[in-house]
Amino acid sequence: MSAPGAAQFCSRLLRRQLLLAIRRPIEIGNPLLFFAMVIALFPLGLGPAPAKLAGFAPGMLWIIALLSNLLTSDGVFRSDYDDGSLEQLLLAPQPLYLSVLAYIGAHWLSTGLLLALLSPVFALMVNLPPAALSTLVTSLLLGTAVLSLLGGIGAALTVGLKRGGMLISLLILPLYMPVLIFGTAAVQAAVNGIPTGPYLAILGAMLSLAIALAPLAIAAGLRISIDA
Amino acid sequence: MPAGASGSPLLAAQSLSLVRGGRELFRELSFEVTAGQLWQIEGANGAGKTSLIRILCGLSRYGFEGRVERVAQQLYLGHQSAVKALLSPRENIALHVSGGGSYCDAQIEGALARVGLYGYEDVPSHTLSAGQHRRVNLARLYLSSAPMWLLDEPFTAIDKDGVDELQNALATHVNAGGAVVLTSHQPLQVRCDVQFLRLDGNLPA
Repeated sequence: MSAPGAAQFCSRLLRRQLLLAIRRPIEIGNPLLFFAMVIALFPLGLGPAPAKLAGFAPGMLWIIALLSNLLTSDGVFRSDYDDGSLEQLLLAPQPLYLSVLAYIGAHWLSTGLLLALLSPVFALMVNLPPAALSTLVTSLLLGTAVLSLLGGIGAALTVGLKRGGMLISLLILPLYMPVLIFGTAAVQAAVNGIPTGPYLAILGAMLSLAIALAPLAIAAGLRISIDA
Repeated sequence: MPAGASGSPLLAAQSLSLVRGGRELFRELSFEVTAGQLWQIEGANGAGKTSLIRILCGLSRYGFEGRVERVAQQLYLGHQSAVKALLSPRENIALHVSGGGSYCDAQIEGALARVGLYGYEDVPSHTLSAGQHRRVNLARLYLSSAPMWLLDEPFTAIDKDGVDELQNALATHVNAGGAVVLTSHQPLQVRCDVQFLRLDGNLPA
């Protein structure tokens, strides 16, 4: 009957969130389907010339990854807010910082991670040079984790609103910009045969900063949303 | 079950005042809940019962005046049942977000049986009724070791037998040295004394 330790509680939350995600496979599939659909539209809009597509590929892939993350970040806390679980989470005698990290971690595992792992398939559709594939995956692994953390801030602040979708975009899109810039630059560098280390290192630094600070903002946002 | 010495304070409210939408719901409200007490907060709809209980449990942290001293660990059950439709009752309790203990299967089955959900442990919760959702939530009462229970309308959507069972549980908890604060419109029939707190603008002495 003893209260669980913080690490044990986090792993419980992580299991809960992943179980919920697996039971709702459409939510996992949606962002991937979105990615596939949009990437399939580009050759139609830009013309199917492989060389031309390859030039735009790094930017396209990253922009779509960002947008598909934006689509899902709204829902991180939504159902827990609606059914009262969020109140219980805030009252739990556990550090909210770590609980929030568990939520975001589960969100990333069910969106960003899958997207990064599947990205080589999408990259082939827009003729990204094979040499840049590993950089694409690495940059997306790092970058989508930052996006999930930042998206969590918007989700926490807008969870109390019935239609928070547009507002959340306005709130967090500016924060997404640096990630997009360095993510695209990393892939572009790989295409051009320039060392990608510095770009990936900056993405890693952003991730470290986001892990350290975003949960504080998310926790505060959740407390405000529940209090209102 | 908790074992507080009877009479020791578990929760103290000190001169709470709340204004909502230009109306003063309560002013300078002070009381102390001690071990072995059951408090029923009464009042018309909109009198501030839920607001008060949210202040007591700590969900409302701003927008009111006064202080709440929480001495003992609390268990709060709100209007919403915090039950995930995609999880079974067993998973709902084992993976609950409230940070309670880790319970073994037998404990969870025992608690679910006590709220009349024997045989429903592993069905998806979306096949259960609203009342059964409430019952899953109430099962946490039988597992928790928190001495201070804060219950917001615990009898909503519960059938007559369930209400009797819950009232028994409340009395047992209180007689074992716990304390309960609940909001409810219906008169309680419990085997212990009930302290009343009426929120009607005119405050009790």
